[in-house]
Amino acid sequence: MSAAAIDIQKIATLSRLKLTPEEADLYQAQLAKILDYMDVLARYDLSETEPTATASGGRNVLREDVARSSFSSAEALSNAPKSSHGQFQIPKVVE
Amino acid sequence: MSLAHETIASLRRRLVKREITSADIVRDLVAFIETKNETIGAYLSWDVDAALAEAAKADLNSPLGGVPIAIKDNINVTGQPCTCGSKILAENYRAPYDATPIKQLRSAGAVPFGRLNMDEFAMGSSTENSALGVTRNPWDLGRIPGGSSGGSASSVSSALSIAALGSDTGGSIRQPAALCGVVGLKPTYGRVSRFGLVAFASSLDQIGTLTKTVEDSALLLNHLCGHDPLDSTSLDESVPDFTAALGRDIKGLRIGLPKEYFIPGIHPAVAAAAQAAIKQLEALGAHIEEISLPHTDAGVATYYILAPAEASANLARFDGVRYGHRTASATDILDHYFSCRAEGFGPEVKRRILLGTYVLSSGYYDAYYLKAQRTRTLIRGDFEKAFQKVDVIVSPTAPSPAHRMGDLKNNPLQAYLEDVFTIPANLAGLPAMSVPSGFAEEGGKKLPVGIQIIGKSLDEMTMLRVAHAFEQASGLSHLNPP
Repeated sequence: MSAAAIDIQKIATLSRLKLTPEEADLYQAQLAKILDYMDVLARYDLSETEPTATASGGRNVLREDVARSSFSSAEALSNAPKSSHGQFQIPKVVE
Repeated sequence: MSLAHETIASLRRRLVKREITSADIVRDLVAFIETKNETIGAYLSWDVDAALAEAAKADLNSPLGGVPIAIKDNINVTGQPCTCGSKILAENYRAPYDATPIKQLRSAGAVPFGRLNMDEFAMGSSTENSALGVTRNPWDLGRIPGGSSGGSASSVSSALSIAALGSDTGGSIRQPAALCGVVGLKPTYGRVSRFGLVAFASSLDQIGTLTKTVEDSALLLNHLCGHDPLDSTSLDESVPDFTAALGRDIKGLRIGLPKEYFIPGIHPAVAAAAQAAIKQLEALGAHIEEISLPHTDAGVATYYILAPAEASANLARFDGVRYGHRTASATDILDHYFSCRAEGFGPEVKRRILLGTYVLSSGYYDAYYLKAQRTRTLIRGDFEKAFQKVDVIVSPTAPSPAHRMGDLKNNPLQAYLEDVFTIPANLAGLPAMSVPSGFAEEGGKKLPVGIQIIGKSLDEMTMLRVAHAFEQASGLSHLNPP
């Protein structure tokens, strides 16, 4: 699992992060070094080992389908950088 | 002596007798914060009016009645900022609700007061990754306080708070506690609700306490635990009175020393303090035995795959629409996302989002993420085996005392390796705490170091019992920096 050839711009696009060329170079080099270190895991035979997703044990947690109170529209919008007519405002997505 | 130097326990005795009021404590804290915070940098903000209003209403007959508790700036308190040490939340976010542990503290009469600095989104071990301010170690102002709960630890250590809440994903309570000479406790995963804690790595995050004494950590823990339907990982388990652990002897208790944690490369003063602590525990009647946690060397790699993977998903919510920084320059919606996040997040957060996205991306998921989930199983198995033989596990908390500011700034991998002793408890979901175990001398300054006590799942009680017995015997309690 050599990390030499990370396509950092592709990863940045998936991450929705705009990187400057300097940042791209820096993160490319740092990630390669960090991922090389991850090779320490290669020494273990994991073919018989189940994955752990959480330490509290995987189980479904369901509740009764009953209505409960939540934020009002004004409370939900209170931290929005831009809102209009009781709704979040985003840049135009259709012409 | 100012009330700010006192513990929860001693303040409560005086509050119950009506010798002092809650407002007296708030005023003493404010006097200290106004003179010392500029140097220490523990707090990002503090709302005196809100605290005094709550202090006036506090029910002094409640178990924590009238005691101000300082809060790490990633736990929501209604009406207060919750910056997570990030520019992306610094401009105008005000929490519209209380995190569940804050609700619980309030119903026990405590007064949440002040917002503590931290590594941005809790990513780091030095608090140097905060985008909003520098926090210093009260024992040596040229050194880091540890992190990510560095504001919490430095505030407790320098009497800028009575006690504080922090969060611990890979050691973020225990390591700064060790480096600042205070007590830091991370409960069993699921013991304390995560509702209202800004998520970093959801399968590892846990809220806990930073206090001057072990007694205070038990007092606080009593009012943080319990089932919460708003957190699907919250455990529906009964909560004992943790103060019952205090003052009990540890005769016959079995303490395991993992041989993989006592290795060359540990700072000599850390090793010496750990050995002295073990002698002391033995003198108190505990049986000491060497154990093995054979997959310890997989811990750091496992953690730095899983935690960034979870972080990359959790931090997707910062879209500049519902809350947080919004770019002024976007031309379309995609550009809006790219720019809001590029302008709002700092370098360590970007590094971990990129790393997490990479290990989850098509073609690499099996090689990294799934593999790390499997090595996590091996690490949990190590502890399950060890705890068939011993009651608690003891080790140094961190391999070295506080580094100088900037020492690890340009070497992220080296910084990650410093978490080697604290990460496994998070991966296994176990309770773990750090108590002061002595000092290292560097450049004529005394630097605190700590020992870590790891308990069985849901057995905070035995962990606290050992911590309290050690604290009482060592006298390393309620330490005051020069």
